[in-house]
This record gives sequence, structure tokens and C-alpha cells, in this order.
Amino acid sequence: MFALSRTLLSLLLLAAGAGTQPASTGQTKTVPELKVAAASDLSAAMDKLAAGFEKQSGIHIAVALGSSGNFFAQIQNGAPVDVFLSADKSYPEKLKQSGQTDGAIVPYARGQLVVWTANSTRLDLASKDGHVLAALQSPAISKIAIANPEHAPYGRAAVAALMHDGVYDLVKSKIVLGENISQTAQFAQSGNADVALIALSLALSEPMQKSGHYVLVPQNSYPPIEQAGVVVKSSQHKPEARRFLEYLTSAEARSILHSFGFGDPGLTDPNPDSIRAEAPQK
Amino acid sequence: MNWQVLTLTVQLATLTALILVLAGVPLALWLAFSPRRWKFLVEAVVAMPLVLPPTVLGFYLLVAFGNATALGRWYQRLTGSTLAFTFTGLVVASVLYSLPFAVHPMAAGFRGVDRKLIDAARTLGVSQRTIYRRVVLPLAWPGLLAGLVLSFAHTVGEFGVVLMVGGNIPGVTRTLSIDIYDQVQSLNYAAANQTAAALLIFSYGLLCLVYGLNRSFVWSGR
Repeated sequence: MFALSRTLLSLLLLAAGAGTQPASTGQTKTVPELKVAAASDLSAAMDKLAAGFEKQSGIHIAVALGSSGNFFAQIQNGAPVDVFLSADKSYPEKLKQSGQTDGAIVPYARGQLVVWTANSTRLDLASKDGHVLAALQSPAISKIAIANPEHAPYGRAAVAALMHDGVYDLVKSKIVLGENISQTAQFAQSGNADVALIALSLALSEPMQKSGHYVLVPQNSYPPIEQAGVVVKSSQHKPEARRFLEYLTSAEARSILHSFGFGDPGLTDPNPDSIRAEAPQK
Repeated sequence: MNWQVLTLTVQLATLTALILVLAGVPLALWLAFSPRRWKFLVEAVVAMPLVLPPTVLGFYLLVAFGNATALGRWYQRLTGSTLAFTFTGLVVASVLYSLPFAVHPMAAGFRGVDRKLIDAARTLGVSQRTIYRRVVLPLAWPGLLAGLVLSFAHTVGEFGVVLMVGGNIPGVTRTLSIDIYDQVQSLNYAAANQTAAALLIFSYGLLCLVYGLNRSFVWSGR
């Protein structure tokens, strides 16, 4: 509910920002407003990141939150966005291949998967030899919510982790799919699903903390969720946009991201220029 | 084209339309003929799904189905599972969501029946039930048919509510509209286009049927 209204609010801000920016800044040089399209697992962290960046640079940030796949399609079709913060590296990479990005892709965080249960669900999530998810076979669990693995990075991670723990086929019939990671959390928080495999960043949010508890799924049981950002080619504020991406890799931004449940990104883009030149096929 | 998705959608729409005819006819009769002054209050309730965003219904249904409400807890005790993420849950949601699409054309059909015929039947000493059965229903059939077809079509086209309470389970709650959304999200534009185009043609055909029938009825009635 909270996430939903926040999304609406940020969309409104984004829409409002499009028409109003030049009026406010008087005779001095116009301070641009950056429009950032961010993956929904960033919903809590984004306020602090935007505030931190504005304090440092004086550049205001308008955030729209949503599913990375949706933003990808919108940007591909010319949405007026300066920076795209995806929950998954593959979308910025695809944008890059179609020549709609400017400069290198910047990995800014690594998403962490948790298994969340409501306080009312009786389930011992103690790890059995590192296989946390083995407990989901229990007949006490009738519905397990995950994000749609076809287009949500956390959904892919959830399926991989269930397979790693050898229970995917056993619990397959209990799985319900959320459209994005926020909806997945909401399925469990509303008491309709017993368990949800969600982002740590969401499990740390206040409503989820209040109504349940979580256990981290070990990082080695699913491929890393590399979150990456990119400057959109049609942006009118490329230097500022680039500066924001650089800010995301600063120590200050890292510590904000840590506090909201994100890990450090793995490898940085190995050789951005060669990638830009070749436009790899993958 | 995904046949499982298609079959499921047709099942959902058929069941919803049938339930709506059974529940909608008495309701529409009452709306058309009742002399009650406060009738407009009920009319407004019936019309609500026309103006409310599907998210309102979806949100309240999800909360109602969950264990935060007495209703949700009662159903879970009774059946051992929640109504969300089940086919039954989708039927409940669809019946509520498509209610005006069944009741409005039906009530319009009933209102269109010539009052003199009803009065004539009454002077001949026929009971109210028989008047409904032998006079009103046969004369109002295009309205009934329109209600049936429109509630079917509207259920096929339902998206928001299903997205919010369905849980996207293949063969249980994954309907055509959800499938198209998934395809677009996964960037399978070709597959999405195939299903979407089929749905476009189907809807056009169905609506042509409704309007065509209405037209021939008006002509033969004059």
C-alpha cells in the first residue's frame, strides 16, 4: 500500500517536473532536474540517495518507481528519462545494444534474496546445511509467492534458489507469481500467501518488519542480482546524469544502499569502450 | 497462441456470464419495475464497477480474502485455503466486476417492454410470475442476450482485478490479458501481437453481434 502510493506520487512528480522546471530558477543558470526511472526494490532507498545527491550537487532528482521491464519498454519508445536504474543488468545492456544509451553501464548494487513469512505462519526457517528453502516442502505451507521469473530478476533468483535447494519440483504447485517484487511482498503481507521470496530491501521496510520475519537466502544458491544503471541517450542533461551514476558508486551512496539491504556490486564494467564499440550480440 | 490460457479464459467468462444471468435477471427486473423511491441507491451500487478503477476492487478483494478480515478467516477455515490465487476467487471477482455489464442491458430491455401488454395480461387474471415468464422475458430477450454477451466479453477483457488477486498461476489464474502483459514484459512482442490481434478481432465480432441483434430487434419491433 505504502509502496503503491509512493509510486503514484513519484509518477506525479515526474509528470509535474516535465513542465515546471525553468520557472523556478530566476536569473542564475538553470539547475536541471534529473528524471530517474528506478526499479521498485529501490523504493525505500531512493529518497535518501536523491537527497544525498542533491545536497552534494544541487541537482534535484525526480524519481519514478516501477518494474525494470516496463521502464525498458518505455525508454525504448522514447520516454523522457535521464537515468535508468535497473534491477538487472540485462535491460541496460539491451538498451545499449540498440544504441539508446550514453556511456558505460554502471553496476551500483547487488540485490539480496530473502525468504519472508508472516508472524502467523508456523515454519522453522533454520537452515539445514545451507538449504534454507527445504522447509518450504512442509504441508503447513500452501502458497509461496515469488516474482514472475520471466521478467523479474528476483523471480529468476527465487527459482534458481528453489532448484539449488532441490525443492523446486516439490513446491512448484504452491507457487503464485507477483507482477513485480512489491506485489509479491504484498501477497504474503496481506495473508494470502504463507511465504514470499523477496528482496531484502523490501523485507526491511516497516510494514513487512511489523507483520513478519525473514531469513537471508545464501548468496551461493542463486546467480547474483547485479543492479546496474545507465544514462539514456535522449537525455538533455547527460553530464549531470553521469554525475548521479558516479555518486551511486561513492562511499556515501554505498553505505545508504547497505542500510537498505543491498550488497556491493561485483565486477565493474570490465571495458566499457570496447563494449560500446562492438555492440555484442548476446 | 497459448491454448491453456484461452480455455481458462473462456471457462471463466462463460461461468461468470451464466452466474450473472441467473443473478442479474431478478435484479434487473426489480430495477426496471419496482416502485421503490430508494431504488437509485441500488442502481448506483450496481453501476460502481463502471467508474471505479479495477485496482480499488482488486485491492479490497485481496484484503478481504486474506486473514485480516473475518470473511477471509472464515473461508480459510472452511476450505483450508484463501480465495486469492484460485479459479473460484477469479469467478467471485469477475461477477462483481462485470455486474453492470449484465444488469444494465437487461434492465433496459425490461423497461422497453410495452406497459399495455403487461396491464392487459394482468386484467386477464394472470399471476405476476407468469407475466414475467410469458410476457416480459420473451419481449426483452435482446436485452438479456446483450447482458450475457457483454458480461462474457467484459470478463475476457478483465485485467487489473485478475492481476491483483490472481497470482498468475498457469491453468488456474493466468488469463489471456495477463498472458499478453507477460509477453510484453518479457519483450516477446511477436507472441503478444498474435494473442492481442486475435482478441481484437474476437471483441469486434462479438460487439458486432450485440449491435446487429439490437438493430434487427428495433426494426422488427416497429
